[in-house]
Amino acid sequence: MARVADVVSETARAKSLLLDPPDWAGHLAGQHVDVRLTADDGYQAQRSYSIASAPEDEHLQLTIERIEDGEVSPYLTDDLHPGDELELRGPIGGYFVWRESLGGPVLLVAGGSGVVPLRAILRHHRAAKSDIPVRLVYSARTQADLLYREELESFDTVITLTREEWSGHTGRVGRDLLEEAAWPLADHPLVYVCGPTGFVEGVADALVAIGHAANRIRTERFGPA
Amino acid sequence: MPPISHGFHGRRTDAGERDRVPPGQYVTHDFPVLSAGPTPHTPLESWTFQIRGEIDQPKSWTWEELTALPSDRVTVDIHCVTKWTKLDTVWRGVSLDTLLDGVDTSAEYVLAFSDGGYTTNLPLADIRDGKAWVAYEFGEEPLEPEHGGPARLLVPHLYFWKSAKWVRGIELRANDEPGFWEMYGYNNYGDPWKEQRYAGD
Ligand SMILES: Cc1cc2nc3c(=O)[nH]c(=O)nc-3n(C[C@H](O)[C@H](O)[C@H](O)COP(=O)(O)OP(=O)(O)OC[C@H]3O[C@@H](n4cnc5c(N)ncnc54)[C@H](O)[C@@H]3O)c2cc1C
Repeated sequence: MARVADVVSETARAKSLLLDPPDWAGHLAGQHVDVRLTADDGYQAQRSYSIASAPEDEHLQLTIERIEDGEVSPYLTDDLHPGDELELRGPIGGYFVWRESLGGPVLLVAGGSGVVPLRAILRHHRAAKSDIPVRLVYSARTQADLLYREELESFDTVITLTREEWSGHTGRVGRDLLEEAAWPLADHPLVYVCGPTGFVEGVADALVAIGHAANRIRTERFGPA
Repeated sequence: MPPISHGFHGRRTDAGERDRVPPGQYVTHDFPVLSAGPTPHTPLESWTFQIRGEIDQPKSWTWEELTALPSDRVTVDIHCVTKWTKLDTVWRGVSLDTLLDGVDTSAEYVLAFSDGGYTTNLPLADIRDGKAWVAYEFGEEPLEPEHGGPARLLVPHLYFWKSAKWVRGIELRANDEPGFWEMYGYNNYGDPWKEQRYAGD
């Protein structure tokens, strides 16, 4: 059981939970936890949530986007308050992680809430004072949907919006943007792609098509859409 | 009994379905995808399915040969470790019993291998006696690449990562060796009814 230390609004639809799990043995940037809710008659539901914080951070942070008709996410974003307890299990997952020994250069490609574990990687990279080049390409619907905007703009970040005209890039992450943003192929970049299934499929296919080695592309698919 | 999440009601599974849903799973009507990397696209002309390892004469089928073998239409429930369960999924594929027919081996384990370098390990007994198929149709349609097409292993009694996507063969082995997800902290066997999700469960 982890105690909720704080609840922070990130956007109109997303909130972060800052948690204090007792005896937390630490995690790797990119891993997730399983959250389990129990109703008063014993009924339970579980979902996975990526860890948004770096291992070096004080609290364990999750960022949850509210899915309108969802079973679990509306409870996490609307019904939890500081002092509440939340049952978690983890950290889980050993492949979609980055640590300095894995090298780079590193390209992170996020769709929507898929930015969560990639933000953990960026924070870890900074905390570890790594000089491995790392860049984030982040696709969101509108500026209002951008998570961690100010923080991400302090990193090497390219943002594209799919449902709003603005001064920056617009449209989906396709070959053109990837060719422009990716590190030279000769440097064998290590690429992490995270987001809804359709987004990850599209980006991973485009990366392979422009010549990235399939075994240098790590993916995490959050679910439908 | 874990503490109550006050105010959480949840979406119950229909009573009629409840005993088909393993602990910690929820029923979905989508078909979510879990893969570690990009989806491979292997041309059918160069596709083969192999049985190798502890076998005197390794066996191999081309796409044409495999899909010409007698096939089964199976309706099964599938359970993914990321918590979704999908009921009454309909597949067509060749039973591993057909492929292993006449194979004389001392092996007790198999390592299934796939395009993209993905592997998963299973006891040989778990893919025999009508428990596993090389499936190439889903819902009466060719199996889509993101769901493991052209063909994936189908071992519905275990968590779905054991149903290796893009499967290209099995290696018969005397010893058990962890596959891809098994090396990254997932359970070695993966029985959804015992909720064997992760190492140590
Ligand atoms: C490894 C992993 C890490 C994840 N990390 C995060 C994270 O950091 N933050 C986060 O917010 N979510 C994350 N998710 C997704 C999360 O686990 C849930 O799937 C999500 O919160 C929806 O759960 P729910 O119970 O609210 O909705 P459900 O009751 O499961 O679904 C309700 C409806 O919404 C649809 N739906 C489900 N998920 C989505 C989606 N992502 N986008 C659009 N429609 C959807 C379903 O198809 C269904 O129709 C992660 C998933 C995985 C597998």
